[in-house]
Amino acid sequence: MAEPAPLPERPRLAAGVRLHFDKTRGAWVLLSPERVIEADGPANEILKRCDGTRTVGQVIDELAALFTADRAVIEGDVTEMLSELAAKRLLVG
Amino acid sequence: MEPVPAGLPAPLGLLAELTHRCPLACPYCSNPLTLEDKAGELDTNDWTRVFQQAAALGVLQVHLSGGEPATRRDLVEITAAAREAGLYTNLITSAVGVDEARLARLKTAGLDHVQVSIQDVDPDSADRIAGYPGGHARKLVFARQVVEAGLALTVNAVIHRANIDRVAAMVEMAYALGAGRVEVAHTQYYGWALRNRDALMPTRKQVFTAMAEVERIRPRYERRMVIDLVVPDYYATRPKPCMGGWARRSLNVTPSGRVLPCHAAETIPGLEFWSVRDRSLAEIWTRSPAFQAFRRTDWMPEPCRSCDRREIDFGGCRCQALAVTGEAAATDPACELSPHHGHMLALAEAASAGDALPRYAYRGRAL
Repeated sequence: MAEPAPLPERPRLAAGVRLHFDKTRGAWVLLSPERVIEADGPANEILKRCDGTRTVGQVIDELAALFTADRAVIEGDVTEMLSELAAKRLLVG
Repeated sequence: MEPVPAGLPAPLGLLAELTHRCPLACPYCSNPLTLEDKAGELDTNDWTRVFQQAAALGVLQVHLSGGEPATRRDLVEITAAAREAGLYTNLITSAVGVDEARLARLKTAGLDHVQVSIQDVDPDSADRIAGYPGGHARKLVFARQVVEAGLALTVNAVIHRANIDRVAAMVEMAYALGAGRVEVAHTQYYGWALRNRDALMPTRKQVFTAMAEVERIRPRYERRMVIDLVVPDYYATRPKPCMGGWARRSLNVTPSGRVLPCHAAETIPGLEFWSVRDRSLAEIWTRSPAFQAFRRTDWMPEPCRSCDRREIDFGGCRCQALAVTGEAAATDPACELSPHHGHMLALAEAASAGDALPRYAYRGRAL
């Protein structure tokens, strides 16, 4: 298997990508050209912290505090999600 | 607002054809052969109302298209209205008519994304295809201005016989221009493209060579640019899930306000279309005869009706079924299970046998 590419240091949403609260469906979504990705619950908490100022480590710390969860578990979830979004070029930094 | 009944999904996307006017004359244009005129176009207030109704209905993304949307003097106001309604706004443009100052105003109005088409990498060929001298050079300048303004850019490269051998170079050009995404869009044979099918159709060999070429260079762009590419219908074995299924995910509003399930739906005889001048978008989405005609699966003939892919590709494309078989309710002949699949392939092979530099019936200039 190929090595996963490194994550952006201080991730932010790429140009043309934004978080939006879909009132009709009562859910957060990530909008980009030709794509709508569900981003409810923890996903929303992660993405709203991807503002180009926080490091990935800080995002993980804040999520672990927010959900009073084991940091290692949160780290796995956050890293996986950010990697997927970076591969789709929705996240840069 | 009229509530949408439970079980009926709300639409996600709206294609707003702001006008059919366009300075270019691309022979593959998806607009209908009978173009709507300026006098019949919806005004700024109409579009504002449409966007508000669309957002309330559940639409998330609006594609401001045409014709050339920049032909509208109120494009900035229209864009602002879409964004104020809460919609993700995508401008689909030829670049002609959007100078740097207007682009800045569009950005201020909240524009999210710009899609610009390129016709070729060779300027003379590109301008010949678009029927617009100087158009290619204008597009290159515009694409750079979009990126410099901090807006997201998709380059749309429409592929056909006259440019398919340079597809990899078109992908490279998109990246050099700063695109985050390139769509390698094979010509789809509706509207003007259907009329020009004999002049546009590439050979099977050209298609598969070009696709292999794109796959060869794809790894170079990993994490740098998204490349969207699909097998073109005439050389496919399974149909595309056209529009994500008829009247399931999107709607299209024509310049005069007629609401269609897809941009080519007016080619299907006997369908009754409703207008945003007379009814709300929610009422049209829910009850318009045209939207109900091929919704869900109960209209399907065999082999679709019992096919385990009927909720994956939804029987393919109704307009293509009509264009190739003469019957809108037939299985899309792009499917190898269609009894007309061989006929479609024969059409493609016959159409692809013509000149490399064919004469076109330019959109809006010839009938």
